[in-house]
Amino acid sequence: MNPVIGHYALILALFVAALQAALPLAGLSKNNEKLFAFAAPMARIQSALIIFSFLILTYAFYANDFSVYYVAVTSNSHLPLIFRLAAVWGGHEGSMLFWVTILAVWTLAVTFFAKELPLRFRSSLLAVMGLLTVGFLMFILFTSNPFDRIFPAPFDGRDLNPLLQDPGMVFHPPLLYMGYVGFSVAFAFAIAALLDGRLDVTWARWTRPWTTAAWVFLTLGIALGSRWAYYELGWGGWWFWDAVENASFMPWLIGTALIHSLAVTEKRDAFKAWTVLLSICAFSLSLLGTFLVRSGVLTSVHAFATDPSRGLFILLFLVVVIGGALTLFALRAQSVGLGEKFDLVSRESFLLSNNLVLFTATASVLLGTLYPLLIDAMGMGKISVGPPYFDTVFVAIMVPGIFLMGIGPIASWKKASVPDLASKLKWALGISIISALLVPSVMGRLSPMIFVGLLMAFWVISSVLVAIKTRLKAIPGNDVVKKFKMFGPAFNGMLLAHFGLAIFIIGVTMVKGYEQEYDITMHSGETTVINGYDFTFKGTLPVTGPNYKSKQGQFYVTKDGKEIDLLTPEKRYYPVQGAVMTEASISINPVRDIYISLGEELEEGGWSIRIYFKPFVQWIWLGCLLMGLGGLLTMVDKRYRLKKKVTNNESAAT
Amino acid sequence: MKSRHKRIAIIVAGIALLAIAATLLLQSFQSNLVFFFSPTEVIQGKSPSKGNFRVGGLVEAGSVKRDGTKVAFKVTDTANTMGVVYTGILPDLFKEGKGIVAQGAQGADGVFVADQVLAKHDENYMPPEAAEALEKAKLNQTMKGEVK
Repeated sequence: MNPVIGHYALILALFVAALQAALPLAGLSKNNEKLFAFAAPMARIQSALIIFSFLILTYAFYANDFSVYYVAVTSNSHLPLIFRLAAVWGGHEGSMLFWVTILAVWTLAVTFFAKELPLRFRSSLLAVMGLLTVGFLMFILFTSNPFDRIFPAPFDGRDLNPLLQDPGMVFHPPLLYMGYVGFSVAFAFAIAALLDGRLDVTWARWTRPWTTAAWVFLTLGIALGSRWAYYELGWGGWWFWDAVENASFMPWLIGTALIHSLAVTEKRDAFKAWTVLLSICAFSLSLLGTFLVRSGVLTSVHAFATDPSRGLFILLFLVVVIGGALTLFALRAQSVGLGEKFDLVSRESFLLSNNLVLFTATASVLLGTLYPLLIDAMGMGKISVGPPYFDTVFVAIMVPGIFLMGIGPIASWKKASVPDLASKLKWALGISIISALLVPSVMGRLSPMIFVGLLMAFWVISSVLVAIKTRLKAIPGNDVVKKFKMFGPAFNGMLLAHFGLAIFIIGVTMVKGYEQEYDITMHSGETTVINGYDFTFKGTLPVTGPNYKSKQGQFYVTKDGKEIDLLTPEKRYYPVQGAVMTEASISINPVRDIYISLGEELEEGGWSIRIYFKPFVQWIWLGCLLMGLGGLLTMVDKRYRLKKKVTNNESAAT
Repeated sequence: MKSRHKRIAIIVAGIALLAIAATLLLQSFQSNLVFFFSPTEVIQGKSPSKGNFRVGGLVEAGSVKRDGTKVAFKVTDTANTMGVVYTGILPDLFKEGKGIVAQGAQGADGVFVADQVLAKHDENYMPPEAAEALEKAKLNQTMKGEVK
């Protein structure tokens, strides 16, 4: 298979995507219905071409075609097949092609699953997605063509960065990109609504599952990345407030706000302009993230490509897309309207506060992420913003938001009564305070942060229980399973996601509050007692992997004479890149991780060793998983599968 | 009339809350900014004598001395050199002759006590801060040469 075909396919896709954008937009301005019919076929052809081109590149990796420059610099014939395939998105050019391929997948999905949308609206939706495709294809073709060749072809490739040779590389980027790019659908919905000058309840209902899908992907993608960093980077951290992490976290925060605001728009026909604005913001932040990662302005593990012309192109693209969208919003927001009124104490109010909290939190992360770049760009020196800033500010902003999160699902729409809420929640509050004091007394140490963290987690859990109880009471009968079915997946999914957040908070609080770190030196045959566990070091064994050589430490971990685990952290040497990698070894159980990584081999045959105790750390990712599952559950709700005829059956839906 | 008063009170309270939050936010921001200095700037006394900052440059060849988990080494921007000590496990790509960035504070003896050492996860990649330190030193030297 000649890689040139892939290049041609991309060029062709560019022209088809331009038609996909231009024809419906011309139809819109000339009021010519016939032109709308072009949108879907063009979108399908364009998507097929891009996916085809992606497969050609993947084949080049599969076949070790090192005449393709990109393959030569990111792969190697000794690399195991699964990593060769993942290496397709292991460098700059490939990950950009992957980005646009994911956009093609979403575009295809829209052409197939948005049939109930009116033709006019569906066409302008696809036109907007076509414009985005054009922008990214131009970026790839002009600045980062993955199909560039080198002659003569090198005998072997330069290998994938050893840090990326991990199952995490297979799943983390696809999930994350599905999330990032998925917000393009919500964005296109918003722009199409502005062009149409109309935004009604059905619009919100169509958008919701799409936005939730993107949010679920992003949630799982971020969580997976965090877990990967935890075991791979060898420092036992799970979140570093690294600029690239922030770049993925900001769309997540705004996406979370958007999901909630969409709920209000759908149920109560309120927050309309706000929802449109959030849709624009979520995707703009995704683009900003792409810019931050791809332009090389950051010092980060993710910054593998640095080329100012690329940065400039993405920056321009960013300005055009965000500037254009916001201008359109400013001109047309009035036609969309604000929506229904509501009382000061009502579910709408609580959701509005939730949105403000999430928006402020995003702003604070944005400040900490962009300020150093701004200072650097103005030549005022190099600075960095320390993680303590993010820790304190973010927590301080989120605490009131999480408190409200306990009340929101119980409050009624339009107007809720304060005494009623208080009487429903007073027990929940009491139980949370007691539990938040009880757990630290078992763990042996209490600090204000631990108390606040646990209080929030237990508050969310107990208020979820109250919400379930209230609902159960409202339905007559005794069959609990049947009642849960009657709540509907949307309600259950929401509760599951909230519960997941509580689990996440417990994980974070316990790790932050009670983790322990030991840097020690050990020689073969030595036993050290740490934290009640005996660690016996039996020296290192030589291990040969497919493309590396490794020294594998043997640590027997016992407690009170009972064997707990054999931990085998490694120091790997990858000859192709001459790189050394630390592979940590972790003993996992639900309430604690024991984490060992090898430092350096010392002259007298000993090793410097780092041992961590991480209580409840797995709950962090378990919580994220539950949030993701909750999101998935809401998507199966029947009211999103509606045919055109059922649209006025709103009152039946919860 | 009464409901109007109520509304004004809520708005005032809201603005007050927002102002307090913004003040706290900016304060926390200010106190967590970490500035970067090259070894030359540190020797010129431009870095803070108290509190954290970052230094960066190349690890001088032959300067790394290990004592258990304690490591002492020298960082250079080719014009000037300063001592750094660090306790713990260094990143995999920490090597003599390679670029690093260290974060910490300067002790009374002038040795920089690092609580974090960053080296990048790519053989050919230099932390931008370290690259800039070298660039600056080079520029100073050529300028001095011209004056002579």
